Amino acid sequence: MRRIISVLMENTPGALSRVVGLFSQRGYNIETLTVAPTEDESLSRLTVTTHGDDHVIEQITKNLNKLIDVVKLVDLTEGAHIERELMMIKVKATGAQRAEIKRCVDIFRGQIVDVSSTIYTIQLVGTSDKLDAFSQAVGDAAILEVVRSGVSGIARGEKVLSI
Amino acid sequence: MKPASTVCAVREELVQLIVNINLMIFDVFASNVLLPFLVLRRTQVEMLSGGDMLLRALQDEGVELIFGYPGGAALHIYDAIYRQDKVEHILVRHEQAATHAADGYARATGKVGTVLVTSGPGATNAITGIATAFMDSIPMVVISGQVPSDKIGQDAFQETDMIGVSRPIVKHSFQVRHASEIPDTVKKAYYIAGSGRPGPVVIDIPKDIVNPADTFEYSYPDTIKMRSYTPASRGHSGQIKKAVQMLLDAKRPVIYSGGGVIQGNSSELLVELTHKLNFPITSTLMGLGAYPASDKQFLGMLGMHGTFEANTAMHHSDVILAIGARFDDRVTNTIEKFCPTAKIIHIDIDPASISKTVTADVPIVGAVDLVLTEMLAVLKEANSSPDESAIGEWWQQIDEWRERHGIYTQSRYKTDGDKIMPQDVIKVLHEVTGGDAYVSSDVGQHQMFAAQYYGFDKPRRWINSGGLGTMGFGLPAAMGAQYADRDAVSVCVTGEGSIQMCIQELSTCLQYNLPIKIICLNNQALGMVRQWQTMFYEGRYASSLYEDSLPDFVKLAEAYGHVGIRVTKPEELKAKMEECFALKDRVVFMDVMVDQSEHVFPMHVAPNGSMRDMLLSKTERT
Ligand SMILES: Cc1ncc(C[n+]2csc(CCOP(=O)(O)OP(=O)(O)O)c2C)c(N)n1
Ligand SMILES: [Mg+2]
Repeated sequence: MRRIISVLMENTPGALSRVVGLFSQRGYNIETLTVAPTEDESLSRLTVTTHGDDHVIEQITKNLNKLIDVVKLVDLTEGAHIERELMMIKVKATGAQRAEIKRCVDIFRGQIVDVSSTIYTIQLVGTSDKLDAFSQAVGDAAILEVVRSGVSGIARGEKVLSI
Repeated sequence: MKPASTVCAVREELVQLIVNINLMIFDVFASNVLLPFLVLRRTQVEMLSGGDMLLRALQDEGVELIFGYPGGAALHIYDAIYRQDKVEHILVRHEQAATHAADGYARATGKVGTVLVTSGPGATNAITGIATAFMDSIPMVVISGQVPSDKIGQDAFQETDMIGVSRPIVKHSFQVRHASEIPDTVKKAYYIAGSGRPGPVVIDIPKDIVNPADTFEYSYPDTIKMRSYTPASRGHSGQIKKAVQMLLDAKRPVIYSGGGVIQGNSSELLVELTHKLNFPITSTLMGLGAYPASDKQFLGMLGMHGTFEANTAMHHSDVILAIGARFDDRVTNTIEKFCPTAKIIHIDIDPASISKTVTADVPIVGAVDLVLTEMLAVLKEANSSPDESAIGEWWQQIDEWRERHGIYTQSRYKTDGDKIMPQDVIKVLHEVTGGDAYVSSDVGQHQMFAAQYYGFDKPRRWINSGGLGTMGFGLPAAMGAQYADRDAVSVCVTGEGSIQMCIQELSTCLQYNLPIKIICLNNQALGMVRQWQTMFYEGRYASSLYEDSLPDFVKLAEAYGHVGIRVTKPEELKAKMEECFALKDRVVFMDVMVDQSEHVFPMHVAPNGSMRDMLLSKTERT
């Protein structure tokens, strides 16, 4: 099962490598990983998406909690949450395709952020599934380059991850 | 930049404080009296270099001993050691030995061991010992010199990314970025190493940070709080109640005790609980000594080379109380077949140890002393005891197993040959030392024989590398244990293979008058490897024999300035052992020629065996 684990950790050198190291050391897989400082400069927030059964996820969260730099964490997939990923995608856009792609961008509520005579660069935000669907709609043949930010997530409602 | 401004800010605050106090007092006379006092206090803030700060911090932390080895990046620190006389530095002969010695000291005392090494090769040589400590949860602080900050990342001479290299085998690590961080870093390092589930912590210090020319204000924090680190303390009361009820209802219970009981200084509580319940108890390799081996409720060690009665009782049990043990693969044999009828109560300070390999029915996360204390209280309150007749029947069954295949009810190896049997060496060792020595061991058959036959009655006496299985551990660990008590007897049980992995430490023993007794079970083979090759590779002894290239250990010991004794005949074993231990102030290397063909039994049947599937001798199996 796919899980989104959100981690609040000390914003210190080495903290990220310890988290990443834990995953490779114990054979857990990392699908996406994002990290950036929070409004409190001393803390970073890291979001990792991973796959595993309940037993594996339990071990992952326990071992993450064991890391000295990790202050708090939450498995967002346990409750209602919002997840977003940003994608920038460069596609061939010539002739009749130009209008077709433009329409597709509108349907997915993306934005064309750069244009040349033969190319559109499109920005799209949404769940990972939505980004996948867009790529599929445009078609492999048209895609020149894709960059995705990895998933960030936050719980719905009153729940907050803070210290 | 930041620390300097912080220092300024502190100064300003102090000046402000003086002004405020003077204003408050208003009395010219009083302020005249007070002012010099305050000024005096201000000048009491000590200015120290990073190196001196480090040593002061170690002193203030109560560190008595450092095991280490100097080199370029650590020389400022060594100069600071020279300038003081409170912390003693022990110069080993290889950095691996420094870590094992600090480890042995930590295991024997319960204190945090301290290591100091230089950058590059010094740091990498320490890695095996750090990994050894990590696997066995031993509290240790390893201070490594590093190239100067501005050279980091340039492939400078003797530069190794120590933080990176050690990352998977430390509980935590720090690289010091400014000398002013030293006191807090040291405080945190010892706190982290020694609390919760203990483990090694690395402090990497670039050379410029400890430059004697740059001085800073020193003050050592009394306590440290870390928002991201709060080790478990009390167990969950509801879970404890549930566990106690489960124990009271048990008909075929076993207590399975591990190294955590020793780490948590809870032997007495364990004995009290076990006696109160009248349950059988077995121990892991790491837990030996937490419960007295001579007590009749003790079934001996469990696991791969555990006793028939311990493994069989585990297999047939209905309730297992696991305390500070981690269901290691050397204990459980095939996980899917592990103790099919047992409900499991698991007490551990590390939540990640619980339900890692075997799922616990009643998990209890907490410090073992607090949990056991609460269990005893709940048990007392419950004012009831386990079903006497069921437990009686269970004991009858266990006693029958003991009689049938136990290694303590009769000799399971031949005793009438002309070769010395390794088991007998350990039995004689026990006799001559009164069972009261610190016994370290290396890794191999000799280690298992020591574990099976020494019969540890006290915690912290059995010092061995259980998790990593590090050959070369024994001698330096015995040196560390000797520092726990300079008058105690410290023995290293080893093999002719293992001892050669840290034999250089014989020189350290001479320098510091450490009268270690080395009992070498010399089977002229990498015996444990040979045993497996006999059993699983049809006797193809690939690289487990030395083809007459072994050194003369007696002469070698003498060359190092020690005494060597060779024993070749069974009938002289006892007398020579006594001779060895009569030489109280000397290192004695006892080279005991033992039967090469002897195997360690019982031995779990693998793969696909359960706890009760064992080979009992070369011809019998369960
Ligand atoms: C550093 C290291 N290398 C290799 C091994 C694998 N190993 C385990 S036991 C053993 C043989 C040890 O021989 P010896 O010290 O003579 O002990 P014996 O088994 O003969 O009693 C070996 C090579 C190990 N445990 N540690
Ligand atoms: Mg040998």
